[in-house]
Amino acid sequence: MTVLVYLIPIALFLGLLGLGAFLWALRSGQYDDLDGAAQRILFDDEDDAPLEEPRREPPPKD
Amino acid sequence: MSLAEPLPRGGAEPPSVDATAYVQLADDGGRRLHLLVEGVHCGGCVRRIERGLAELPGVEEARLNLTTRRLTVGWHGERRFAGEVVRKVEGLGYRVVPYEPSRLTADDTRSEKELLRCLAVAGFAAANVMLLSIAVWAGAGEESGSALRDMLHWFSALIALPAIAYAGRPFFRSALAALKARSANMDVPISLGVLLAAGMSLHETATGGPHAYFDSAVTLLFFLLVGRYLDRRARGRARSAAERLLALGAQAVTVLQDDGSQLLVPPEQVAPGATVLVAAGERIAVDGEVASGSSEIDSQLITGETLLQAAGPGARVFAGTTNVSAPLRLTVTATGEKTLLAEIVRLMECAEQRKARFVGLADRLSRIYAPVVHLAALGAFLGWALIGGLAWQQALLIAVAVLIVTCPCALGLAVPAVQVMASGRLMRRGILLKSATALERLAEVDTVVFDKTGTLTEGRPELRREAPPTGTGDEALSEAGALAANSRHPLARALVRALPDVPAAEGVVEVPGCGLERLTEAGPVRLGNRRWLGLDDEAAGDDAGEGPELWLCRPGRAPVRFAFEDRLRSDAAAVVAELQRRGLAVELLSGDRAPTVMAVAGRLGIAGAQAGLTPAGKVARLEALAAQGRKVLMVGDGLNDAPALAAASVSLSPSSAIDISQTAADAVFQGTRLDPVLEVLEVARRAEALVRQNFGLAILYNLFAVPLAVAGFVTPLIAAVAMSCSSLTVIGNALRLGLVRRRAAPDAAR
Repeated sequence: MTVLVYLIPIALFLGLLGLGAFLWALRSGQYDDLDGAAQRILFDDEDDAPLEEPRREPPPKD
Repeated sequence: MSLAEPLPRGGAEPPSVDATAYVQLADDGGRRLHLLVEGVHCGGCVRRIERGLAELPGVEEARLNLTTRRLTVGWHGERRFAGEVVRKVEGLGYRVVPYEPSRLTADDTRSEKELLRCLAVAGFAAANVMLLSIAVWAGAGEESGSALRDMLHWFSALIALPAIAYAGRPFFRSALAALKARSANMDVPISLGVLLAAGMSLHETATGGPHAYFDSAVTLLFFLLVGRYLDRRARGRARSAAERLLALGAQAVTVLQDDGSQLLVPPEQVAPGATVLVAAGERIAVDGEVASGSSEIDSQLITGETLLQAAGPGARVFAGTTNVSAPLRLTVTATGEKTLLAEIVRLMECAEQRKARFVGLADRLSRIYAPVVHLAALGAFLGWALIGGLAWQQALLIAVAVLIVTCPCALGLAVPAVQVMASGRLMRRGILLKSATALERLAEVDTVVFDKTGTLTEGRPELRREAPPTGTGDEALSEAGALAANSRHPLARALVRALPDVPAAEGVVEVPGCGLERLTEAGPVRLGNRRWLGLDDEAAGDDAGEGPELWLCRPGRAPVRFAFEDRLRSDAAAVVAELQRRGLAVELLSGDRAPTVMAVAGRLGIAGAQAGLTPAGKVARLEALAAQGRKVLMVGDGLNDAPALAAASVSLSPSSAIDISQTAADAVFQGTRLDPVLEVLEVARRAEALVRQNFGLAILYNLFAVPLAVAGFVTPLIAAVAMSCSSLTVIGNALRLGLVRRRAAPDAAR
């Protein structure tokens, strides 16, 4: 039964890892728009990742 | 937007709002603009808007949140670029309002996120503690002495105690607040149960005893947090919808300054005596007198009157009406609090306060529940200690078991679970529930009161098909349509709707306040009102009937009249009949003139109809009904309905309604049909039944569990199993509301 001394902490560590991942996802805004996320997977093109390649040309001055 | 791009009909208009002031500087030196977008309802809209904005040169980021309808646009460069952004989104057909993100519901999202974090922690703890507890229940302690069991208990304590301290905070806070106010809510027994369970389990663990309830305590927290989170989400959604509406209502006013320049100012900052410019199609935000210009005013939202009223110099106009055909300059007589609009809002608030505050079933139940539970636990303790002859520690153990077992887990889930299912089902049918208690109030409705304009009718003019006199044929109609395609006047739009295929004629000039004109070789062809065309009543002859009209004058030919009417919603008659079949009393209260109202009432078979009512008159009628003990559902859209909507025991408003009415109403429905009224009543009844069943199940569970606990038979295993079972039963029962949908309403998809 001494194996429990290793196994329980390992199990807890794995669980904490999952908890940490969830809290990170929550903090980084991935739960802000669940309805939108459900729809976005249906968009065909994948280039709509925000701010990946900022285009720096200024807007036209009118 | 460059002119080379295809434009929506009506040409390149300036953006309706000046968003420049709302542009923020981001950390990376770029600009950010936050907009609320109205009219977004699916992924397609998200895509159109984001793609459309990405096409604008300079835009680096465009992200639309479908849940909150908030759009964030980022770019580098000038602030003024905000105008382009707004124009682009409006060009795509969506209404936008800029806002400052810091001022909107920061609290709300924070507390929702906090609940979610607590939920995650409680879930983690529940799963892991349960893992260890199962080992204990399986007999891990008995085999190899109690050392192993104690170790497992210590591990449980290590996980459970921090988790309870963290995840229990929402309940502890609320319970403390309730205790400070010398009352008890559901959170008091919850907090007490969880804390006592944790404390007693720690004591048992330290003394090597068998009764550690760590698993029950954290599982309980987990289930309760699920209920709390669902509840919060449903309410938060409703609230953000209401906020969105209010924000959309706050429109800037164009003030004409002495030097001739124009300034956009919030309505409450405009001083009486100032001159205000109101563009055609704009809603008037102040009370005033027309200084110059001549136009028509649509006061439908204030009075329910369908005919447009002419407004020349000297005429009085009121906030909340819409200037239809030509720009007007107004001299402001009243603003903000003193306008007719504000008067109506005050009437509404008054009605809302007078309305007895509705106490939900769950709250009523919890008022009885908390004292009963505490008395039961106290009774068990005293009984065992004094009469049963147990040591006080053991008696306390039993009392705590009672508290744990009775913890209102299922009760806490009974209402939110059903509400989430119900509002999800209604949302899919385009009905937005705004008030948390609306479902309960809807379920007891026995009288339905309708407004006419915009509720039973579509609230916009449509060409009366049989109207053109025989002999003129379709050719007059298509010629009129070609002219009308150049205008945004509501009657012209109605003509275009009737003839969608007719191309717009070229060289058409709009004469503001009069009509449209096109010069041909033979002479001018004109489409406009009777006065402008110089037709007196005699020339109009027998055609001079009711309702709005347009005349087409062509050189050398007899003038042709086009009559318009505000058509009934396609299923109005069917819905009224169905309501009456279900045994509900139906009434019609309108501010419009008696002949029109009686005609509509006659066609729909509504016996109780009243016309020419003021907003206060409508409220009086509703109060008379309430005095008779009736539970009234008010369905209305106009500003004149807003006080009545607030006064009725529950209210419903179409999404085409004025913002204030939507804010006053408990639920808002979309679309051109009236059957959401039936749907919402149906779902409310079913939800009410399910809530009652859920309470029944929860009480049944307690009837079994409490005697067991009082008798001292409850072990940690029994407590955990019983509690989880009751919670899952309640959730499963709530899911039945969703099952019905798939069978009963396959046509729900738009």
